[in-house]
Parts: sequence; structure tokens; C-alpha cells
Amino acid sequence: MIRTAWLILRKDLTVEVRSLEIAYTTLFFAVSCVLFFAFALVKEGKAPEDGAAGILWIAIAFAGTLALGRTFERERQSETLRALLMAPAARPAIYVGKLLGIVALLVAAEMVLVPLVAFLFQAPLLSHPLWLAAVLISGTIGFAAVGTLFSAMLVRARSRDVLLPVLLYPITVPVIIAGVRATAELLEPDVELALVRFWVALLVALDVVFVTLALWTFEPLMTD
Amino acid sequence: MPKWFMPLAAINALMFAASPFLIANADYEATMGLVQKIFYYHLPSAWIFLISAIVCGIASARYLFRGSPRHDRLAYAAAELTVLFGAIVLVTGPLWARKAWGVWWQWDVRLTASLMGWMVAWAYLLVRRYGGPGSDKLAAGLALFGMANVPFVYVSVNYWRTIHPPTTVVPTLPVDMGAALWFAVACFLLLFVLLLRLRVHLEEQRARLDSLYLSLDE
Amino acid sequence: MSTIDFDALIAEDVSRHFGRRRALSKISFQTRTGSILGLLGPNGAGKSTMIAVLATLLRASAGSVRYGTHTAPASGAALRARIGILGHDLFLYPELTARENLAFFAGLYGAADANAAADAALTRAGLGDRAHDPISSFSRGMRQRVALERSLIHGPRLVLLDEPFTGLDDASTAALVARLGGLRDEGAIVILATHDLDLADGLLDEALFLRDGRMVDTVARPGALRSTYRSIMGRSS
Repeated sequence: MIRTAWLILRKDLTVEVRSLEIAYTTLFFAVSCVLFFAFALVKEGKAPEDGAAGILWIAIAFAGTLALGRTFERERQSETLRALLMAPAARPAIYVGKLLGIVALLVAAEMVLVPLVAFLFQAPLLSHPLWLAAVLISGTIGFAAVGTLFSAMLVRARSRDVLLPVLLYPITVPVIIAGVRATAELLEPDVELALVRFWVALLVALDVVFVTLALWTFEPLMTD
Repeated sequence: MPKWFMPLAAINALMFAASPFLIANADYEATMGLVQKIFYYHLPSAWIFLISAIVCGIASARYLFRGSPRHDRLAYAAAELTVLFGAIVLVTGPLWARKAWGVWWQWDVRLTASLMGWMVAWAYLLVRRYGGPGSDKLAAGLALFGMANVPFVYVSVNYWRTIHPPTTVVPTLPVDMGAALWFAVACFLLLFVLLLRLRVHLEEQRARLDSLYLSLDE
Repeated sequence: MSTIDFDALIAEDVSRHFGRRRALSKISFQTRTGSILGLLGPNGAGKSTMIAVLATLLRASAGSVRYGTHTAPASGAALRARIGILGHDLFLYPELTARENLAFFAGLYGAADANAAADAALTRAGLGDRAHDPISSFSRGMRQRVALERSLIHGPRLVLLDEPFTGLDDASTAALVARLGGLRDEGAIVILATHDLDLADGLLDEALFLRDGRMVDTVARPGALRSTYRSIMGRSS
């Protein structure tokens, strides 16, 4: 099972590295998101300082949706998702492989977004790097866990581009809220680490629930 | 339609007609006065909203793992009722809030999570309608995730200090307020069961029609 | 994961509907190892749906498919290891090279040495010199050859092909026909869905004629397929 997930992850990374299409477009989209929001919220030539956490997570969510759509569009092209389902591998392994790929992609995007947001909003995002990493990774996993499942489900559905956000955003609201609150707390001059710990714990709990639920339902959702 | 439907529907109508009298007779609440009385419809609607989401979630799980169309029909009906009762909650709530708290809406945990749960129910209906073939399974998966939201909503007010009254209020209500409340709960619960049965009946008719079309082809 | 095998494929009254549309209606047939069965019929007859059901990708609404003594719900993954499918959509990643595609699927199917299996498959396809070129640079015929090798890389007992002759030139077609004959001689069960009767001529051990999801006729050892087809399909239903 782990071997299958690893094979799929390696395959996805190989394909991606060849053209870097999804990486570049997702990154560019995320950056333009941040700039877009910054411009929209600019008042008297200054961007709102409190907006940093929210804008960061919105950019991650939007970019993530785009990346999910594009990744599964690739699998739809030659119906390779069907080929994956035909393999004797355990179906949840396919999910795990895909999930890790998406998380890797999003984390790569975040590594560019965080300095960008810190720079534009004079936000001390890098003051507690380990905590920020914990927040970002647990939040990204939560978002990607639900997103990967729903995108896979939607591969054969109609109106799949529009339905992904419709399905994904309401369910991932707790993840986004926790992520934003934790990040905002980390940006305070007097960081209350207990509060950050609480939000991270919540994110981890959400991750566990979502991934477990996804693994449990992946097989019945993918069979016709 | 089963035999019990019409008599119970009649009883339910009478109960709803009687409830305003019970509500009027209940004591005035100390700080909010008359406005508080919307609570007698707001709270039962909220409970039915959550119960409906749970019914949808459980039916969806059974449909996903057992594949029986009966559960799919139940899930679809429950999702529609989740949207309906959620709408009642989200209308009565702000109406009350405007008078009691001075604001239409607050972004606290319970309100946010309730709104989010309502949107999940909407998403379910959109998927069923526009998802094309296989959308029944898709929606079932969504409902399962949505159901995970429910305990979060219910418990949330106890863990975050917020404007919204915590869950400890209900058991400590004085008697005549309690009576009005539980009567309203009974009204809404019965209404929920009746509407559910009605909606499932519609789906059953549709399924029968489909199988008739199919057998035409034989 | 245990390995299973079977020597017969039995479909009994397989039906499948999508909402109100009946895609398959009581299809029954039997076939054994070392034979090629053709699913013939016009577009929309239900051939692709039947292939999907046989591949365990689709569940039948009614009826059953038995692989020897095994069934899809019971045997799941072990059964899939013995089935190879070549669909209309080739199932290849265009950005990866031929070798990478084959090695990936070999690994997925549990091959001990995926790269060696891939190299062997490339030699069989006669594409050894193009091993490191991305699939996107291949012609349709070459892609088909790689796709065929991909579907066979794990030595399946049941080989399902959905319109495999589409877009092939004469040389590739002849090569494919020869390959299928070889598979039959090795003892595989080959099921071929096509609407191209001239190519199927002489290749099939058995032919199943489908129209509108229904089985119109079965013919053992069919010859002169086109006239047989016309006479069978011409009969009023």
C-alpha cells in the first residue's frame, strides 16, 4: 500500500517536473491573488496590516483549488485514473499518493507566498518559523485531504470545475478559520503560544478526521 | 402514503395553531421582553436543522456502503429539509439578534459553523441537480463530511465565550417557558417527520417511474 | 494479496442501466482460455459498457459475471491483477517516456523489477529505440503499441480491448492481429469490442452481436463476418 502511494507520488512529481506547468501557473495565480486582495484593501496608500493572515490563507485556498483541478484534469486526459483504479493496488493508496503530491505542491507555493505576504504587509511572519510551519502544514493537509477526495470524485462528473469550489469551500471553512486565527496570533507583538497551540491542535484533529473519512469512503466513491 | 400520514398532518396543523397561545402564556424573559419569544421557534428549528443533517449523513453513509436506493432517497429528502430548517434558523436568528444584541450577524463560532453547515446542504442539492451521472454518490460523500460539522456546531458555544447563549440555558428554563418550548419542539419534530415522509414518497414515485420506463424496454 | 486464476469467463443475464436508459439487457455468454471473443455491433450498442463491466470498473445492475469461481465483489484486487484492459483512451501519461509509463504500471502491478519488465515490453513492441521519448511525441500507432504492452505487462489471464484498431495503419493492424493470435495461443481469454468487421474477420473464435444493449446473436467460428453481420442485424427485432 505504501509502495503504491510512493509510486504514484513519484510519478506525479516526475510528470510535474517535466513541464512545471501546474507549479508555475499555481504559483503565479497565488501571487496575483495576494496582490489583488492587497490592492483591493489598500487605504491611503497603505495595505491593511491585519489583512496578512487572511489574505495568505485565501491565496492558499484559491491556488489549491486551481492545482487540484489541474492535477485531476491530467488524470482525466487519457483516462489514466481508470487505469490506476484497474491496478490491483488498494484504492486508498491511490488517494494517499495523490494527496501527498498536492500537499507538496501547495507547500512549495507557500514557501514563496509567506515571504511575499511578509514583505507586502510588513508582517513578522517569520518570527516564529516552527510554529508557522506547523500551522501551514497542518492546515494544508486538512484542505488538501478534502480537496483530493472531492476532485477525484468529480473527475467523471459534469460541471466539475464549478462544483469543486461548491463542495470544497463549505467543508474546509473550519480549516481556514483555524489557520487564519493561528497565523494572526503568530503575528501579534505579544504572541500567546497557548492559543496558537490550541489552534494547531484543532487543525491536527481536523486533519485526522478528514483523512480517515477520506480513506474510508474513497473506494465506494470511486466505484460505479 | 401510509395511513398515519393524514391524521398526523391534521394533528400537526392543530398543534401549530395552538402553539402561539402557549407561547403567549409563557413568562416574559427578563432582559429581552417580547422579542425573546421568537426563541420558541428558533431553537426547535435549530435542533431539527442539526437532526436533519445527521439523518442525511447516516443515510448517505449507508447508501455509500450498502448501495440501497432507499437510503439515497432518504438522504436527498433530509438534505432538502436541512436547507429548509436551516433557512428558518438563519432568518429567525438575525431577527432576534437585531433586537437583542443590536447587530444582525456576528462572526462567532456557532453562527459561522451553522451557516457553513447550511451551505454544505445547499452544495448537496446543487451536486444532485447538476452533477450528472454518479452525482448521488458524490453528494453522499459530501453529506458525510458535512455531518462531521454537526457536533462542532453544537459544542462550540461551550468552548468559546461568545454572545450566543450557551447550551446550558435550556435545562434551566422555568416551567411554563419550558412547556412552551417542548411543545414547539414536538410541533417541529412532527413537521419534520411528515415533510420527510412526503419528500421520500416523491422520490419513490420517481424511482417507480424510472423502473417502469426500463421495463418498457424489455 | 494472493494470486488467483481462472479458466473460464461466464456472464449471466448481465444488465446495466443508467437512470432510465438501458445500456445492457440480459447479456449472457461463456468463453474459455485460449479463445478470442468478439463483441460486435454498431455505435451505442453497449460494447464499451460490457467491457467496463467485465473489467470490474462498472457494476452490473442485474445478473453476474463469474471469473472461474470468483466474482468481482468477492475477489476485488486479486481479480484486477489478472485483467488487462486497453481502452479507447490508451491510459498513458503523455508527459512521461514510453519506458517510464511501462515501468510505472509494472511497479503498480507488483512487478519485482519494473525497469526490466518495461524494457522487455518495449522490445516486444519493437520500440526499444524510442524508449526515452515522451509519449506525446509518438504517432497513434506507436502509442497504441505502448498502450497494448502496458495492458499486458502483468501477464493477465483476461485481456479486454475496446476498439483497438482505431486509427491504425496496415502494418500496425497486422502486428496487433498477430499479437492477439499469440495471446490466444498462450492461453489468455481475449475479448475484443469493435465495429470494424473486416479486421475481425478470421481472428475471432466466437462473435457476439449486440444492438441497443441486447444480444442479437452469437456465432461460433464466424466466417465472412460482414455478410453474417448484415443478415443478423437485418433481422427485425
